Amino acid sequence: MARPQQSTPDERGHFGPYGGMFVPETLMPALLELGREFQAARQDPAFRDELDGYLAEYAGRPTPLYFAARLSEVVESRVYLKREDLLHTGAHKINNTLGQALLARRMGKKRIIAETGAGQHGVATATAAAVFGMECVVYMGSEDMERQALNVFRMRQLGAEVREVTHGSRTLKDAITEAMRDYVTNVRTTNYVLGSILGPHPYPLIVREFQSVIGREAREQIVARERRQPDLLLACVGGGSNSIGLFHPFLGDESVDMLGVEAGGLGDGLGRHAARFLGGTLGVLHGDRTLVLQDASGQIARTHSISAGLDYAAVGPELVHLRDQGRVRFTTVSDDEALDAFSRLSKLEGIIPALESAHAVAQLLKMAGELPEIVIINLSGRGDKDVQAVAKHLGEELH
Amino acid sequence: MNRIDRTFAELKEQGRAAFSVYLCAGDPDLETTRDLVVSFDKAGVDFVELGMPFSDPIADGPVIQAAGQRSLDRGTKLADVLDIAAQIREQSDIPIVLMTYYNIIHRFGLDNLAREATRVGIDGLIIADLIPEEADDLLAVARPADLATVFFVAPTSTDDRIKLAEETSTGFIYCVSVTGITGARDALPPDLRDHLRRVRALTTKPLVVGFGVSRPEHVQALSDVADGIIVGSAVVRQIEQASNLPREQLVEQVAAFAGELAAATR
Ligand SMILES: Cc1ncc(COP(=O)(O)O)c(C=O)c1O
Repeated sequence: MARPQQSTPDERGHFGPYGGMFVPETLMPALLELGREFQAARQDPAFRDELDGYLAEYAGRPTPLYFAARLSEVVESRVYLKREDLLHTGAHKINNTLGQALLARRMGKKRIIAETGAGQHGVATATAAAVFGMECVVYMGSEDMERQALNVFRMRQLGAEVREVTHGSRTLKDAITEAMRDYVTNVRTTNYVLGSILGPHPYPLIVREFQSVIGREAREQIVARERRQPDLLLACVGGGSNSIGLFHPFLGDESVDMLGVEAGGLGDGLGRHAARFLGGTLGVLHGDRTLVLQDASGQIARTHSISAGLDYAAVGPELVHLRDQGRVRFTTVSDDEALDAFSRLSKLEGIIPALESAHAVAQLLKMAGELPEIVIINLSGRGDKDVQAVAKHLGEELH
Repeated sequence: MNRIDRTFAELKEQGRAAFSVYLCAGDPDLETTRDLVVSFDKAGVDFVELGMPFSDPIADGPVIQAAGQRSLDRGTKLADVLDIAAQIREQSDIPIVLMTYYNIIHRFGLDNLAREATRVGIDGLIIADLIPEEADDLLAVARPADLATVFFVAPTSTDDRIKLAEETSTGFIYCVSVTGITGARDALPPDLRDHLRRVRALTTKPLVVGFGVSRPEHVQALSDVADGIIVGSAVVRQIEQASNLPREQLVEQVAAFAGELAAATR
């Protein structure tokens, strides 16, 4: 049984001082309508049944909660992997895109757009557009198109148009900026399917709702296995969707500790990492007030991570609020540690994780010997998309 | 009375719409921006929007974005733009509205901004990503400083939202002409006049139209339905195209272009 959930925003999406709606007026009527439709849809049994049906039969839910025996032995704890990597398209992102695409269809919109960093959200949006017969445009920074070339091909194969973003840092930040411009221009015909718990209200709430299925399942699965709740939850944090998806249903369980793992990249210094909780200051980016990596004059900083999906200057506002309340803690893992975890998990468990998810695994490895008894890691995605980049990093050529 | 209010009151007596230019501060450099504004005043421009660029301008099209990037690459900061405003004030009484994105002023500190803006003679603020519902903090510092706060209405705005813009705007209300971002367009949207009439019926403050307006014909066509017209991207593009000329020549050429547009209100 789920306890009453904490962390509810006000009607304009404020989680304490964070969140809100910082957007051009042109978008406001559409965002308000999206919020109303979302509230109606979540209470409509027909909508929920349809979404649940697609999640089960199309995406492959529920995902297993796998007891990782060899990994457990190494770190001296009982470690479970929530296998979001086994979902159709290879990451948790599909949970959200199926929900938002159905919401768009319900609103009579025939065109959906998305931003993507790692390409997983873009692929998941293109997939939802294909299965529901919608037009789809995905914005992607040129740097990300290079390091996630496989996903670019997949999106195009799925019928989406991938538009290259060549300005700014040419990564996720600039892709979101470009997608917002498209949304401002085509708001009458288009829904913007945002990929994380970011942006203006109601997105942080919508994405949390569609991703919370991860934690709801995990909560039941762990009790079935262990007869009790876990001691620690671990997840990587880009915008924060896979972490909030796992964490949210456990917020009321006081004994459950939660740790989010950010990209520590190359180490200290603005531009060398994507660790918002370490180097960020209060700011407003892409529609919400949150911790932002920025310079002293309020220009958004460049970020770096080996993992495209974590390489972003801001973090979901709800997570900052949960940090302030002392409910969720955050830490960082470097590029090298993530690469090491990528290999370790592959060899220990026969599971090649996404570089994003490898950050959570790396944190587990760092805590070896000091872990509590039962740990759940959100294995948010699989590593197929990363093999080329990792091979290059290891100095191997793939043909 | 604030310079913006005074300008609209005077123009109302003359029965003429205001003509305004947006320019991106620091493109090609801050001294040129200063000289341009002073020359715009002489060329018949009634007020200016002085743009402080932001790295992620979600409401702007490619022309203004590129100008902003050029300016940021030169290291332009809000403090520099305030300095330039002060220098303009030494030579001209043209109303100046600072236009930027919320993160810039949030980071600068709203108190600090209100104090500094008043000190240098800025008359109002337009924040592209700030809606009235999120503006309490800004209003609290802008009101006592007599800084105008300009909010937007868009073609998508509902009647309720138009009324909200009326309640919170001072100086004028910014009517976005198109559902979209900034950028010069060949023709005005066909339903623009209807949009303006709808807004007019729900408001009392001066209505100023911007986004997409780029030619004297557009300015002329809007002069009888709006209280003011803003041209941005078309002027920013002129500046870009003249950027390899010596400063004086650039200023002369772009001011002449602005003067032609301004003449269309007369
Ligand atoms: C597999 C995977 N995990 C995690 C992330 C990070 O996003 P979030 O923090 O929203 O889960 C991404 C983003 O692309 C991803 O593809």
